[in-house]
Amino acid sequence: MAIIEARGLARTFTSRKRTVEAVRGVDLTVSGGEIVGFLGPNGAGKTTTLRMLTTLLRPTAGTATVAGADLLADPVEVRRRIGYVAQAIGATGGGSDPNATVGEEITLQAQLYRVPQGEIAERTARLARQLDLGGLDDRLVKTLSGGQRRRLDISLGLVHSPRLVFLDEPTTGLDPQSRSNLWDHIRRLREDLGTTIFLTTHYLDEADALCDRILVIDHGKIVAEGSPDELKRRISGDVITLSVSGGPDAAKGVLTAHDGVRDVTVSGQALRLTVDHGEEALPGMLRELDAAGLALQSIQLARPTLDDVFLTVTGRSLREDAPQAAPPDRVPVG
Amino acid sequence: MSFARDTMLIFRRQIKLSLRNPAWVIIGLIQPILYLAFFGPLLSKVAAGAVTGFPPGNSYSFFVPGLLIQLGLFGAAFVGFTIIADWRYGVIERLRVTPVSRLAILSGRVLRDVVTLLVQGIVLVLAGVAFGMRAPLGGILVSLWFIGIVAISLSAISYTVGLLTKSEDVLAPAINMVVVPLMLLSGIMLPMTLGPGWLQGIARATPFRYIIDAMRAGFAGHYLTTIMLEGVLVATGLAVACLWIAGRAFIRENA
Repeated sequence: MAIIEARGLARTFTSRKRTVEAVRGVDLTVSGGEIVGFLGPNGAGKTTTLRMLTTLLRPTAGTATVAGADLLADPVEVRRRIGYVAQAIGATGGGSDPNATVGEEITLQAQLYRVPQGEIAERTARLARQLDLGGLDDRLVKTLSGGQRRRLDISLGLVHSPRLVFLDEPTTGLDPQSRSNLWDHIRRLREDLGTTIFLTTHYLDEADALCDRILVIDHGKIVAEGSPDELKRRISGDVITLSVSGGPDAAKGVLTAHDGVRDVTVSGQALRLTVDHGEEALPGMLRELDAAGLALQSIQLARPTLDDVFLTVTGRSLREDAPQAAPPDRVPVG
Repeated sequence: MSFARDTMLIFRRQIKLSLRNPAWVIIGLIQPILYLAFFGPLLSKVAAGAVTGFPPGNSYSFFVPGLLIQLGLFGAAFVGFTIIADWRYGVIERLRVTPVSRLAILSGRVLRDVVTLLVQGIVLVLAGVAFGMRAPLGGILVSLWFIGIVAISLSAISYTVGLLTKSEDVLAPAINMVVVPLMLLSGIMLPMTLGPGWLQGIARATPFRYIIDAMRAGFAGHYLTTIMLEGVLVATGLAVACLWIAGRAFIRENA
């Protein structure tokens, strides 16, 4: 059964007489127990969509059912049933107060979620175990390491054991070790408790490593959807890069019509071909080049990465977008 | 009732944070105490007859209500900065996605500010007594009630401006533009009756003018007067209006 079902979700912002369509009609369905990645460059509408689904922002159009409650008619019930962990990028924090202690934060959060007083201690201990926060109860949040603080943010979204958790950029800003450690925690959350996880990321490796399914969003619309493998297969094919003695244009003339070739581009002295089932196409291509009298100088077969997928779908590389500071969709308007 | 429970949860949390870093409570008291020590003595000469039109009686009984208002104005008006910081930490959004009453996110904080100001106000009154202020207990209690109401009004509005603008660069000049004229027009230092007619006219249009007159009436032991009634009505009206505006901003789905 679907745990998130959204139809035509849209949000426009108006500021200084300029209207920005941050999200323009998103349809999405997430099944119970899935880990779904919401992938897109900064400003694509990821966070705006997430904030609509978590009742922080009212959609200007569309409907949604989240964890069995109607988003528009009963937002309080949605809040009761979901967990949400905000992004923590640069100066913006992920929800924990630097001047409170770890113990205070978890206890308050449990009280806010109406966890019965008698169960709070047990819950706190279990979360500390699950997220490696043991022994940190009396520490001020500002004295935690980046990884510890992020795990605390996440534990705050889990105190009421929700069936559905939204994680906004869960590992952004963490060192590689803390990132892969956090991935393990997220995987275990699903394995042990069957929690559905909906996360946004602009790291392709994160989506690849963690998610059952990926939704690619760009300019406020979902532009591709599927498992990481499906997306790689469906959209990109394999990439063959080669150079021959007669120059790339000569090779282009020979190979463009070859079976399975989807796309041919010349870059410098090299010819770049996007080909279905590259390893099967390779021997035939070599024979044709040989027959045309072109001597091969180098050849390379590469499996597509999600970066290639992204490039194909949106026409730009995700990495070029990454280093910008505050994503526009975080800027609060209206 | 869950609203009351939620308010107490947020209140306890905020008090805990204040107690962890009580410097601000003390810093807030320094300014009025300095006025009391370094300006008060000048005023006693003025009151002793150098200026005609100054109300008779103990000059500190005139001055301390003014300082209480000043304490309330500055103490409560700047609380909006804390909600901007909380917004940056993600604390506000984190609270807003829990089932907690969104109004309690406001009311718990306002309650903390009221308690803080009352504690500061009591310290200031005691300091005033040390300097020679004399006033009936009833008058002091009435004044503290007024300070509580001023704290509710200003802190609610300050949080609202903070939450809506999310920018210290907007909040700081906004506070100065509003608080300084309000303070000058309320007659904190000298009675407004010393001023020319046009100045008194403008002052009549600002709320704190009425509140401070009522507080001074209380300090003089005059409880059942028109001035007191006006003060109570203006203060209550101000608080209701401010809470209504602030409440709407906090309940709003998008913030």
